[in-house]
Amino acid sequence: MGSLDHLLAALTPLNLLLALAGVVAGTVIGALPGLTATMAVAVLVPFTFSMAPAAALIALGAIYTGAIYGGAYAAILLNTPGTPSAIATTFDGYPMARAGRGDLALTLACLASVFGGLVGAGFLLLLAPPMAAVALKFGPVEYFWLAVFGLTLIASLGEGSTVRGLIGGCLGLLLSMIGVAEVGGDVRYVGDFKALLGGIDIVSALIGLYCVPVLIELVATPVRHLEAANQVAGFRLREAAAILARAKFNLARSAVIGTVIGILPGAGGSIASLVSYSEAKRTSPRRDNFGRGEPDGVLATEAANNATVGGGFIPTLVLGIPGTPPDAIILGALLVQGIRTGPTLFTQQGPIVYTFVWGLILATLIMLPVGLLIGRFAFRSIVAIPKAALVPSVALLTVLGSFAVHNNTAEVQQMVVLGVAAWVLGQLGFSASPIVLGLILGSIAEAGFVQGHLIGGAKGSVWAEFLGRPISQGIMAFILLGLLWPWWIKRRGVPQEVPHD
Amino acid sequence: MTHFNRLAAAALLAATGTLAGAAGYPDKTVNYIIPFGPGGESDISARLQEPVFKQLTGQSVAIQYKPGAGGAAGWSQLNGMTADGYTVMGTNLPHIVLQPLQKDVGYQTDDITTVYWFHYTPDALLVTADSPIKTLKDFIDAAKKAPGATTLSGSGTNSANHLAQQQFDKMAGIKTTYVPFGGTGKSNAALLGKQVSGSWGYSTVQIQLGDQVRCIAVAMEQRHPKLPNCPTFKELGYDLVGGAYRGVAVPKSTPADVQAQLAGILAKINADPGFIQKMEDGGFAMLNVGPDKMAGFMADIKARYEGLAKEMGIVKK
Repeated sequence: MGSLDHLLAALTPLNLLLALAGVVAGTVIGALPGLTATMAVAVLVPFTFSMAPAAALIALGAIYTGAIYGGAYAAILLNTPGTPSAIATTFDGYPMARAGRGDLALTLACLASVFGGLVGAGFLLLLAPPMAAVALKFGPVEYFWLAVFGLTLIASLGEGSTVRGLIGGCLGLLLSMIGVAEVGGDVRYVGDFKALLGGIDIVSALIGLYCVPVLIELVATPVRHLEAANQVAGFRLREAAAILARAKFNLARSAVIGTVIGILPGAGGSIASLVSYSEAKRTSPRRDNFGRGEPDGVLATEAANNATVGGGFIPTLVLGIPGTPPDAIILGALLVQGIRTGPTLFTQQGPIVYTFVWGLILATLIMLPVGLLIGRFAFRSIVAIPKAALVPSVALLTVLGSFAVHNNTAEVQQMVVLGVAAWVLGQLGFSASPIVLGLILGSIAEAGFVQGHLIGGAKGSVWAEFLGRPISQGIMAFILLGLLWPWWIKRRGVPQEVPHD
Repeated sequence: MTHFNRLAAAALLAATGTLAGAAGYPDKTVNYIIPFGPGGESDISARLQEPVFKQLTGQSVAIQYKPGAGGAAGWSQLNGMTADGYTVMGTNLPHIVLQPLQKDVGYQTDDITTVYWFHYTPDALLVTADSPIKTLKDFIDAAKKAPGATTLSGSGTNSANHLAQQQFDKMAGIKTTYVPFGGTGKSNAALLGKQVSGSWGYSTVQIQLGDQVRCIAVAMEQRHPKLPNCPTFKELGYDLVGGAYRGVAVPKSTPADVQAQLAGILAKINADPGFIQKMEDGGFAMLNVGPDKMAGFMADIKARYEGLAKEMGIVKK
């Protein structure tokens, strides 16, 4: 097990320096709209080939966890998620910033991220092999139902009208079908645009759908993006601690949801944070305050998305199957290092693995002071920076970010077109999140459905395959619960706690 | 000096290892472009070639990435790059044959001047360790008993795995259901989770997943040194040899002597015992297709893939 020796091995000055540098670099990259955690890891990988295996892993884990956390800054301060994992952070983070509580939101995001990261890493340290078995229980059908569950969240996200949300979700589903189908290889909705063969890239779409409308709004309105007058840039740690103490159950649940969804190859930080957000909202006595600046919303998403880091490493290390997209890159780096992942890794190369896990825990702890300091700096800069400088800088980042995903100018065009469309739709009362949900979940649902259909057909009964599996039935129960709960609450007339501010 | 003589001299130099003198290639850093992202198998291979290249020539290799469109983003630009032997690019089969057949990707198979194919990841038929299928005969019997009921995961539609499944079904006269997943990782997860009866993967998958899976047969000429218990399809009576091949290509107008020298260096890297050891430890199979065998090899591969692609209905023109 993770004995003290391995902790001491992780505590060398070089490893600590790498963890610190990784967290700082990751946080900054994640904070910039358009630059994702996957990109941060990919940029670092070539530098790690000359390092010792444990040091290389610690650097990669640190930059990864930093980037997932950094995504919260742009979400809270600019209403644009810095990484896909931070989509749900915008729901309550930005309203908090508008209401003059941006500094508090940043502190909460930091504390929740550290907590979630520690829970995920704790599972990795203590329960990796049995948890990896959970990942294998999820077949195509389970992914299909999980994606459907994710789609039902559109109804409960509660931004504007449900009908508009559903229409937005359908738009997203349509967008997800463009290009060569992942399963089957059919070419759909491409027309004469060869650039669309690869489909709509999710990161480019995300940048366009969230950032461009914000930029257009900033230019079109004379008011400041955040009122400097009512902002006090403090850590507000005592206040944050009180909120944390009250929300301990929400935090624990979100971190566990994040870990479990991180373990599933094919899901990821964006789904984990959305599911935990919706669960937090469903069970909260202040559910009507969600979407209007409820601290619990920020806590739920940030605890969940950082928990996916540790969770995602579980199948990566135990099974040799990457849990999240950045893990796929890290897995390749491990192979160059001569490390064979798989069931024997923990026994045969225990020193490297446990030194890495302790390194990841240290990196997560380092995130606490580093995150609070960078958060304060980011907050002051964003509040103080004049719009004339902010808008062009973010606009440049959106172009760079959408280009950098695949070094492809066509994806920059996609980003701009979708962005302008999102602004027009925004004027008509449609928000971006249902579209993004449809886009992300559409391809997961489709692949799961087709694969499940093929397997079910080969086994003799498609219906039994889709409805007869226990985990699927469990997910279906949650879908029904999610759909019926608001109606039941209303019928019962359960009193709502008055939102206090 | 005639063209032929120069070529012969270069080949001789390469063979005897006195590269540092005469022709002088390489006398500066060589840019090695990988048309995929970092961390993939193409990147790993290049990273392992790099130190041997430096040891042999005294010059370093700068590995760069140009990912996009499954490699097509890089290959479509290859011939526009500086043709002096200091810009080389990784190249992959079946990609460079199948991609131009399926759609206009901005290059044709013959536009890619491959100087050397250095290894391949052989196709392998895998089941979980506790599967009732123990041998290839068990597998074929099961598929014959219930046509279509055997499900096999693979890395994607029209991938090397898919081609292997189609080829073997035809050879054995069986019908199996191929279930495409988005990448080898997800295909392996489906195999380990027993969502499918088995998987068309690679010898590298068997090495990565270790004792959790059993290799029923591998598509090599001889057994893989690291997988002594996995028979070849050949020894079981099925002429299936192939997989995903990797090589090095140069811009078309690169001088012939430079091409020959580069091929010579790659041949020497492939003969380095330490390099062979690392490749085989990872599950790769060594391959040596240099300029002398290139035309025949490519003609053979193209005929095979094009025939299959037509049968699978993926040729779009």
